[in-house]
Parts: sequence; C-alpha cells; structure tokens
Amino acid sequence: MRRGLSPFIVTMMVLGFVFLYAPIASVVVYSFNASRLVTVWAGFSLQWYGALFANEAIGRAAAISFEVAPMAATGALILGTLVAYGLARYRRFAGRTLFAAMATAPLVMPEIITGLSLLLLFVALEQAIGWPAGRNIFTIAIAHITLGVAFVAVIVEARLASFDRTLEEAAADLGARPIRVFFVITVPLIMPALAAGWLLAFTLSFDDLVIASFTAGPASTTLPMVIFSSVRLGVSPQINALATLILIAVTILVAGANRLLRVR
Amino acid sequence: MNSAPRRFAIVALPYAWLLLFFLVPFLIVLKISLAHEAVAIPPYTPLFVTGRLYVTGANYLFLLGDPLYWKAYLGAIRYAAIATLVTLLLGYPLAYGIARAPARWRGLLLMLVILPFWTSFLIRVYAWIGLLKDNGLINHALMSLGLIDAPLRLIDNDFSITLGLVYAYLPFMVLPLYAQLEKLDPALNEAAADLGAPPIRAFWQVTLPLSLPGIAAGILLVFIPAVGEFVIPDLLGGPNTLMIGKILWDEFFTNRDWPVASALAIAMLLLLALPMGLVRRQLRGTGS
Repeated sequence: MRRGLSPFIVTMMVLGFVFLYAPIASVVVYSFNASRLVTVWAGFSLQWYGALFANEAIGRAAAISFEVAPMAATGALILGTLVAYGLARYRRFAGRTLFAAMATAPLVMPEIITGLSLLLLFVALEQAIGWPAGRNIFTIAIAHITLGVAFVAVIVEARLASFDRTLEEAAADLGARPIRVFFVITVPLIMPALAAGWLLAFTLSFDDLVIASFTAGPASTTLPMVIFSSVRLGVSPQINALATLILIAVTILVAGANRLLRVR
Repeated sequence: MNSAPRRFAIVALPYAWLLLFFLVPFLIVLKISLAHEAVAIPPYTPLFVTGRLYVTGANYLFLLGDPLYWKAYLGAIRYAAIATLVTLLLGYPLAYGIARAPARWRGLLLMLVILPFWTSFLIRVYAWIGLLKDNGLINHALMSLGLIDAPLRLIDNDFSITLGLVYAYLPFMVLPLYAQLEKLDPALNEAAADLGAPPIRAFWQVTLPLSLPGIAAGILLVFIPAVGEFVIPDLLGGPNTLMIGKILWDEFFTNRDWPVASALAIAMLLLLALPMGLVRRQLRGTGS
C-alpha cells in the first residue's frame, strides 16, 4: 500500500510552485492595471496593450524575431536530426567522439561565450573572404541554428534509441531504398520528437538576448534586445502587456508539445 | 551494402557546420586573446604579419594584475555555488513530491515545472524587478501590514542576484532529479520501513544515495550556466556587481576591448571545462 505524501513535502511543493508562478502572475495582473505604479490598482484597463500595438520599435523587432526564429528552428531541426541519426545509428566512425562533443557542448555552454565566439568568427570571415557582409538576420539565424542543433539532437536521439527498429528492417527487406525507409518509416515514428525539437529551437531563438546581441547588426534588433533595453530603464507597463502575450502563446505551444510527446 | 558513403552523406553536413560554427570560433577567441588591442576595425592586431607570428600574453597578465577580474571570477563562482545549493534544497522536495504524486497528477505537475523553462527568461527575471524594488510589491505589502516602516533594500545586492539565479535555474534542478527519483521503486522505502527504519533514516540510507546521479546532473546544469550569467546580474544586481559574465559584456560592448573580452572568455572556459566534461558523461549515462 502506498502512503500519501508527507505534510512537509506537500508544503514544499506548494511553496515551490508559488515561488515559480507568483512573479509571472504579478506581471500578468499589472499588465491590466490602469496605473503605471505597481503598488496602486487603479482599475482594469487595456491601455498598455493599445500602447504596445502602437509601439513601432517593438513591432519592428517582433517582425525580425518572427523572421529569425522559423529559420533557426528549421535549420536546427534538419541538422539536429542528421546529428541524432548519425550518433544513434553509427556506433563508430572516424571523429565520432569530437562530433558528439561538439553536438552536446552548446547545451551547457554559457551563451555569452557562444555569442562572443560566433561574432569573432563572422568578423574574421568577413575580413578573409568578404562573407558575411556585415551582420544581419542571417548571422543571428546561423548562431541560433548552432545553439538549437544540440537541443534537437538530444530530443531526437532519445526517440531514435527507443523505437522498434524491426519496422525499418522489414521495409528494407521488402526492397525500400534507405532514403525511402527514412521518410516512410522513420520520420513518422519520430514525428513527435521532431515537432518538439522544432518548437524548442523556435522558442530558444525567439527568447535569446545574449547571442543575438553579439551577432545582430544595426538593422536587425530582435524582440528580446528591445525588451532588454527598455527593462534596463525600469518597470514598464507596455512590457508587462508584451510579457502576458508571450506567456499565453508559450502556454498554448507547450501544452501542444506536451500532447505530441505523450501520444505514442 | 555501401553504408560508408551513406554514413558520410548523413554526417558530413552537420559535422562541417559544427566545425565551422562551433569549434573554429573558439580557436579564433583563443587567437584574439593573444593579440593586442588596436584602434582599427576589427579592434585587435593581426597575429601573423608577413609570415611572422605575433602573440602576447599581455591580456592575461592584465587580467591577473587587476583585482577587479579576480573578484569577478571568484564572485561568479560564489554566486553560482550558493544558488546551486539553494536550488538543490528547494528542488529536491519538489522533485520528490512530483515523483511520488498520484499518477494522474504527475503529468500536470511536471508541466508546471517545465512551463517556466519555456517562458521568456528575460521576462521572468524582469518580473522580479517589480516585486523587489523599493516601491515594489513586496515592500508595499510589508509596509501596509505595518511590519516595516521604511522599505527594505531587496534589489541591487547579493540577495537579489542569488534569488534571480535560483528562480531562473530551479527547473534545471528539478527535471533531472525527477527523472532519477521517478525510477526508484517505492517498495524500497517500504522494505526499509518494514525493517524498522524511520522515514528519515530510510531517506538518508535508501532514497538519497540512489538519487545521487540526478543530484549530480542537476548541480552541473545549474552551476555551469549560472557562472556565465549576464542578464541576472545586470538587471537584478547593482552597477558594481562583480560577475565574470557581466564584466565580459562590459569589456566587449562598453570598453570595446575585444582581446581582453576574449581572454576573459578563455578564463571562463578553463573554469567550466571540467564540469562541462562531466555533463557529457552524465548525459551519456542517462541516455543508454
């Protein structure tokens, strides 16, 4: 027979979740506050949302983030899936250790090092071969792909390691060429991991401040960069409204991804 | 079967990408950390001029000679270590509770831990400014309750930085702990109880030792990014906060001293090389 959780554990869980969610809740509540001050509740208002949508700098930055993030997510999905497939299916090949190390290191590398090193690469490349000419949304996307590959690879590799390979073998025995086996058998089986990986890479790109700050050019300010420069000056009701919108979008996406990963 | 060419076709592209955009950039950072600062574009001296190699250890000597950098280096380790300890103390009961909760609750509780991890990091740090500042929500609440007369100094100090780190990285501690604790069979604890061990003793002698791999993974996943953190010390710490990530940022963006920023990055990497190697081992261990 299982005993219930002890009162100590339950108390700690409640405190833990309050700790995790109270700050987020305060931002949401105050995005609807008619007053600028956090200590005064002056009634329900949508004025900050109106101001947010009228804010051109934020609008431009959001457009750039929505351009970069799908590129970064798609690039990371393709490369990350190849990495996962290579690592899961080929147990030994020349340089495998280095390959595995490079594929997982960005998971834990402090962003500030990734950002600095990529910027220095872009500058050195531009000096040496003239590409990339300046920094723009593509240099940000390249940096975000490099970050996202590691996350996609971990998710997809776990899925590839856990499914029944006899299906692939059966298809091959029936005469399907390897590329056909991959797209007809393997891809549908790992689809939940592919979807979750793409979403995670998208979120990482959409949320990233540090790497983007290093690799962005003057005309490619992303949404987090605008939020950061505004937040540095203090609490802003418009940012509260923006944060609330992002929270709603993320909650819907995560709930969706959660379903995808659980359906087996 | 011609599996070698196929293997090459699959691995070559990501391999080339990672070499170019992950490995080569570090070699460039290393190179520039050995160059002099220069008033030029880009702002450092070339390493090779007409076939001769010009390197200098001046940037590293500069870092060693100025106590500011030592303090920032040690400060980052101290903040990260304290924050890691607090996340462990807070995260362990949370992970344990989720792992032992009724099965129909577990998915929801787990999602509640994961959700903040997906939510904008910047916004979660920003949320604390409104709570902690002098005329913020916490001070306002304490003053209206009559508990304090003047606002407490809750922001721009060690407290707010540690709090921010704990808050931001708590999910990184809970998830590996949960993954480990979920695998443990509750029957082990029942066996210990049947043999007369009180719950506390069963915890110390059964559950805790068996969850050590999860603890190790959690510690590494919190400590490593916390050491290099920039956003939290910048937004929640005062202007004089000494953490290596913030100092690096200022060297690069404010002082435009690329060689010193590069030397700082190499110094940070040296500090993190061992824990980062351990993470790979941990990931491999849990993967297989």
